[in-house]
Amino acid sequence: MGKPRVIPGFGLSMGITIFWLSSIIIIPLAALFIKAAGLGLEEWWNILSSPRVLAAARLTFGASAAAALVSMVLGLLVAWVLVRYEFPGRRVLDAMVDLPFALPTAVAGITLTTIYAPTGWLGRYLAEIGIQGAYSPFGVFIALTFIGFPFVVRTVQPVMEDLGTELEEAAAVLGASRWTTFRRIIFPALTPALITGFTLAFARAIGEYGSVIFISGNLPMKTEILPLLIVSQLEQFRYEAAAVIAAGMLIVSFILLFLINLLQRRLAR
Amino acid sequence: MSVSIQNIHKTFGSYQALDDVSLEVPNGSLTALLGPSGSGKTTLLRIIAGLEFPDPGAGRILFHGEDVAMTPAGQRGVGFVFQHYALFRHMNVAENIGFGLSVLPRKDRPSKKEIHERALDLLKLVKLEGLHHRKPSELSGGQRQRVALARALAIQPKVLLLDEPFGALDAQVRKDLRRWLRQFHDEIGLTTLFVTHDQEEALELADQVVVMRNARIEQSGPPQEIYDHPRTSFVYEFLGEVNKLADDRYVRPHEIELRFAAEEGVDLTGRVSHLFVAGPIARLSIVPEKGSKREIEVWAGRDQVDQMAISQGDVIGLRFPSSRRKPQAAEGLPES
Repeated sequence: MGKPRVIPGFGLSMGITIFWLSSIIIIPLAALFIKAAGLGLEEWWNILSSPRVLAAARLTFGASAAAALVSMVLGLLVAWVLVRYEFPGRRVLDAMVDLPFALPTAVAGITLTTIYAPTGWLGRYLAEIGIQGAYSPFGVFIALTFIGFPFVVRTVQPVMEDLGTELEEAAAVLGASRWTTFRRIIFPALTPALITGFTLAFARAIGEYGSVIFISGNLPMKTEILPLLIVSQLEQFRYEAAAVIAAGMLIVSFILLFLINLLQRRLAR
Repeated sequence: MSVSIQNIHKTFGSYQALDDVSLEVPNGSLTALLGPSGSGKTTLLRIIAGLEFPDPGAGRILFHGEDVAMTPAGQRGVGFVFQHYALFRHMNVAENIGFGLSVLPRKDRPSKKEIHERALDLLKLVKLEGLHHRKPSELSGGQRQRVALARALAIQPKVLLLDEPFGALDAQVRKDLRRWLRQFHDEIGLTTLFVTHDQEEALELADQVVVMRNARIEQSGPPQEIYDHPRTSFVYEFLGEVNKLADDRYVRPHEIELRFAAEEGVDLTGRVSHLFVAGPIARLSIVPEKGSKREIEVWAGRDQVDQMAISQGDVIGLRFPSSRRKPQAAEGLPES
């Protein structure tokens, strides 16, 4: 007999949790690793160190990190505007932030491609200053920013709302300027939420497939991302190779997310 | 430093928070702004601090004769203690206290070491030695309150403003901190204003009590004077227990004398509906036999109650003081 607990239902809720996690996360991932284990270490190394995989990994992780960073800045700004100012249409704008969550990513990809293509509405101006919008790594970055920034807004916004104005008033009475107040009081208070938002946007961007395949152009070595590479391996019936790339991607992602988590714990203390 | 408020108005949209308020706060005094919620007391305090600005017009705010109505909060030299302390969560106690010094312009700013030492001195002043490395979340309510006070004092303010300083504390801590603040004020002699809705707190602490109601100052003066000579029925009812008699006169529970019902010179007879003895004081509720059935509260000495052998249900006589008063101003509270 276990000790009696104040909050009932531990056994039941823990059981459901483990069953659920097993059936949707642990077992599929285990299957992935079992499949990948069909190849030896040497083959793993050969696949993962091939130039095409490395180029795709650089693009995937690089563009995801860049997009998450930009999302962090833009998301902070959008959250600030939504929380701090009263203006007509604020609620509509607030609701619009969630649209990238709901929109099928393929639709987003096609739309962004049309607009940012060298002949598109915005792409033509980019072309004039020598930047290629769609069909370039920059295009990948644009799509990932679109996908990522709502995560930052939605993690930062509630923290900012809770912050209230009293802390700022306290700093103002003590003689701090607006900028000092932001830098030394508001920003540190928002940092943990910003990092959470960054992590979510980053993780989401690494796995993003639907929107990127339209805007990137999918040139091997240039604009091909890892998820696409995995799919193209599958289409050629190279299941083990696909599993190895996926497993490698998971391991790197896990390490990165774990490090970010550690950093956040440190900051939260 | 003296503070002088002259004809201040403040509206928030269509809501009038302050309506032609004038107030003199002498140098070195401890002044309580007392009133129910919505009376405008906090708005007045925030206007003095520079956290709100009065409506443009004739109003003036003078600090030692100098008009500061348009001076930003950070340049007024005021210390402000917020109701919920507003401590900076990510900074430890010493950093919180030193914040005001660390944001001074470079030429006036003390070195990091000096700021830290000054923070430690202030911690000693508020009796929290040794807690400088704690985070606000590791402190009790009373300790946070004192850290907030030390932080406000670090910039050597000329006026100290406290918004409901004891509002968020439990009863015992409240009492201790109240006494401590009184002593503290007597030691450092800083002109201090605090906002409260607790009349006992205002009367016990302050040299000057300012009673506010509906955006106006109802009465101000030394606590004894306000308690003994309330100008309006509102002040009468707000400051401590009071009985409103059938003829609209007010009498405080301790001013009523107990007599036997048949005795001569009895103003009113009534039945004791409740009797509670605590220490030397007996508290009685009396339901009058004639006229209004509104209960009258009486506080009498326990020995007298014992001597007269009064118990619940007895009919006894009451005698009101001959000087029982009617407030000067005719204006009364809306009947509930």
